[in-house]
Amino acid sequence: MRTVQKTMDIFQKRKLTYTLVFVAFIVIFAGASVIAEFHPIDGIVSFPAALQWIGSNLIPDEAAIERLPKILSELSETALLSVAVTVVAAALSFFFSLLGSNITKGSGILKKIVRIVAAFFRNVPDVVWAMLLMFSFGQNILTGFFALFFTTFGLLTRAFIEMIDEVSTNCVEALDATGAGFIQKVFQGIIPSSLPGITTWVLYMIETNIRSSTLIGILTATGIGYLFDLYYKRLDFASASLVVVSIVILVLVIETISNRIRKVIL
Amino acid sequence: MALLSFQNVSKTYDNVTTALKDVTFSMEEGEFVSIIGPSGAGKSTLLRCINRLVDVSQGAIFFDGHNVTASKKKELREIRMKTAMIFQHYNLVDRLSVVENVLHGRLGQKSAISGAAGHYTEEEKKEAFRIIQEMGLEEQAYKRCDELSGGQKQRVGIARAIMQHPKLILCDEPIASLDPKSSKVIMDHLKAINLTKNITCLVNLHQVDVAMKYSERIIGVTAGEIVYDGPAGGLTKDIIHQIYQSNDHDLIMDVQG
Repeated sequence: MRTVQKTMDIFQKRKLTYTLVFVAFIVIFAGASVIAEFHPIDGIVSFPAALQWIGSNLIPDEAAIERLPKILSELSETALLSVAVTVVAAALSFFFSLLGSNITKGSGILKKIVRIVAAFFRNVPDVVWAMLLMFSFGQNILTGFFALFFTTFGLLTRAFIEMIDEVSTNCVEALDATGAGFIQKVFQGIIPSSLPGITTWVLYMIETNIRSSTLIGILTATGIGYLFDLYYKRLDFASASLVVVSIVILVLVIETISNRIRKVIL
Repeated sequence: MALLSFQNVSKTYDNVTTALKDVTFSMEEGEFVSIIGPSGAGKSTLLRCINRLVDVSQGAIFFDGHNVTASKKKELREIRMKTAMIFQHYNLVDRLSVVENVLHGRLGQKSAISGAAGHYTEEEKKEAFRIIQEMGLEEQAYKRCDELSGGQKQRVGIARAIMQHPKLILCDEPIASLDPKSSKVIMDHLKAINLTKNITCLVNLHQVDVAMKYSERIIGVTAGEIVYDGPAGGLTKDIIHQIYQSNDHDLIMDVQG
């Protein structure tokens, strides 16, 4: 009888928790809206007008289509830069992450340093990196390269450390027991076990970096971002939207390709 | 001289949890010894101290003329080559083929580069296939290990161990994740290796009946201490209850018997 009473209590408690959480959400949203003078109703009301504007200005016209070759050549430059950045960063962060994973024995100091360095590179946004690096490289493609490189490096290092610890702790223990050395463990144990994870992360970062590099390009006046900025400031919205559409298509294509690659590898 | 001897070995993790307390025992070449005891009694720690996957806190371990506890890099590698290990979760590289996993047993003997590149000699490859055949896995030789069943994976684990030409095989709960039929196959293989190749076996087990059936000698561990060390036949009901710190009718064997 008592246990029945107890289970009833648990269900009631859970219901109460959900209700409280829901109410809290509403209160926080309402409070934040009042403080920030954000009027959700106004936003929703202005939607039709916005759609109308998009309809009349953002549909690529004939003049925009004529600019397509130029757009595609800049786009491919940006895409190739993203691929190059991601691959270089992935290679470096893989070896760096080995030092931060549990595979490396010894004191925890090295692991902490690796994690802090990775966190630093990761948590400074790439746009901020780009603005800082402009002082040293100027409006150059290298600025964009390094800005993307730093964040990618930081993010992948963190991701690889966790993946290596998750995927290969067991088999590395076994290789340890056979007397294998560090390099042997890396090439015979860690790389084969973490290859699918590495591939997935690299492909994902290539997608992300194509998107980010557009934004950075606006700052550094290079690549597809520069082209977008140019058309936008000329009020040539039709061409600007063609740029956006082509970026979206490219990202979709890359996503499809990476899904295929993942299927083959897994 | 004994092949393996523990002298007053203690291990505490982070200066808090005591895993082993003043453990002393020795093993002769060719013995087949089982260690039984409740979960968390320190059985796995005991095995891992022998190949230094775990460092002891106090005491000394001697193995085949080596001072294990004092060994440095090169000597430690030699010790690890002579002591193969078999794991509960098999610990294979799942995405590599059976034969590649078996050849991993040779890594300790190879140079860093040729080992890393997976470069093995013709003889090593032939031997690997011979061992795979002994284990009844010839049809699986080129399959990836994640396609195998648990029992097959453990046989790969044994093949990898044999590939090392060890003097001692350490088995950490080799059948804890297997069904009764696969368990028998695995235990039979271990026994056969022990008898035909004269490789000493030290096996952690959860199943008292299996331990009594396959080993001549049993060591009972409770809370990091050896509470029984003697012939399998001498293991009475009372001693088993003492090892598992249980009362009458607490164990399945009480119900059966």
